[in-house]
Amino acid sequence: MASRKRDIPEINAGSMADIAFLLLVFFLVTTTMDIPTGLQVALPPITEEPPIDSKQKKREVLEVLVNASDQLLVEGSILTIDKLRQKTVDHLTNEGKDPTLSTTSTKAIVSLKNDRGTSYDMYVQVYNELTAAYNEVRDAYSEREYGRPYSKLDPSRDKERIKAVKKKYPKKLSEAEPVSIGK
Amino acid sequence: MAKFKKDGGRGLPAINTSALPDIVFMLLFFFMVATKMRDKEMKVKTQLPQATEVEKLEKKSRLHYIFVGPPLDAQFGTTPRIQLDDAFATVDDIQQYITLKNSEKDEKEVPYMTTSLKADKTVKMGIVTDIKQELRQVNALKLSYTAAKDIRDQ
Repeated sequence: MASRKRDIPEINAGSMADIAFLLLVFFLVTTTMDIPTGLQVALPPITEEPPIDSKQKKREVLEVLVNASDQLLVEGSILTIDKLRQKTVDHLTNEGKDPTLSTTSTKAIVSLKNDRGTSYDMYVQVYNELTAAYNEVRDAYSEREYGRPYSKLDPSRDKERIKAVKKKYPKKLSEAEPVSIGK
Repeated sequence: MAKFKKDGGRGLPAINTSALPDIVFMLLFFFMVATKMRDKEMKVKTQLPQATEVEKLEKKSRLHYIFVGPPLDAQFGTTPRIQLDDAFATVDDIQQYITLKNSEKDEKEVPYMTTSLKADKTVKMGIVTDIKQELRQVNALKLSYTAAKDIRDQ
């Protein structure tokens, strides 16, 4: 009887930890935990028809030009990138006060035009500033109306509120068809 | 005296390490689940620009990737090139690539497909504009300029 019991020896699990460690180190090294993030853009669909409302009133449009040497021209005057956000916010929240800027926020348009020689980095920065301006005015409006910034509104519960904010400040960021001016 | 000697002689008791594999396995499973293996071999350098207004991309299965940047291998020169999957491509290949990738997906998912454009900071807008035009042609209108989160104080 005693010899029978000895037949099944206990498996030595002492090295189990070593094996597990080895695997652990492998996964630790290969893991990349970065979640992809990016600036979301909705491209306009290609249409055969010419744009309907081509005669947009000039004051409703904030014209932003970026040239091949990454210089910024806003409404005909040179501007640095750090002032672009404030300028856009002013344009969107003007409500007819300044005669050169928009009459109402619902009609305000931002037009972005870049050169083929503009660097991608500069373009992303400009786009980022314009997006930031939209987010800023939406946040401020939502804060005033509902006591919470737009970014904190819950898409499942505050559908109506999100809609209202979007209606008040529609994101009309138009990009001109590409052109090539000067290298 | 003898009493003290007896105490000192006993030494430190061995630490019970039988639970160590359990802990290690727990960590192991965590990393196994969190790991996403790199499935594409990068052929171009993509140093991403930084932006503050970035949003998280929801689902990895709903992404097309387009890489643009100067080739890593110097023998291909320094002119920015487009990479689709594992190979170099030209602007003309994009339409076919997107159509092919969309055909592999469920039809319902196609309108939600986002194109993740990973372009190097130094790339000029000319090539990016061409890519945008191609994407418009195949009605892939959701685009994301992949950028790293800029930790500026806002």
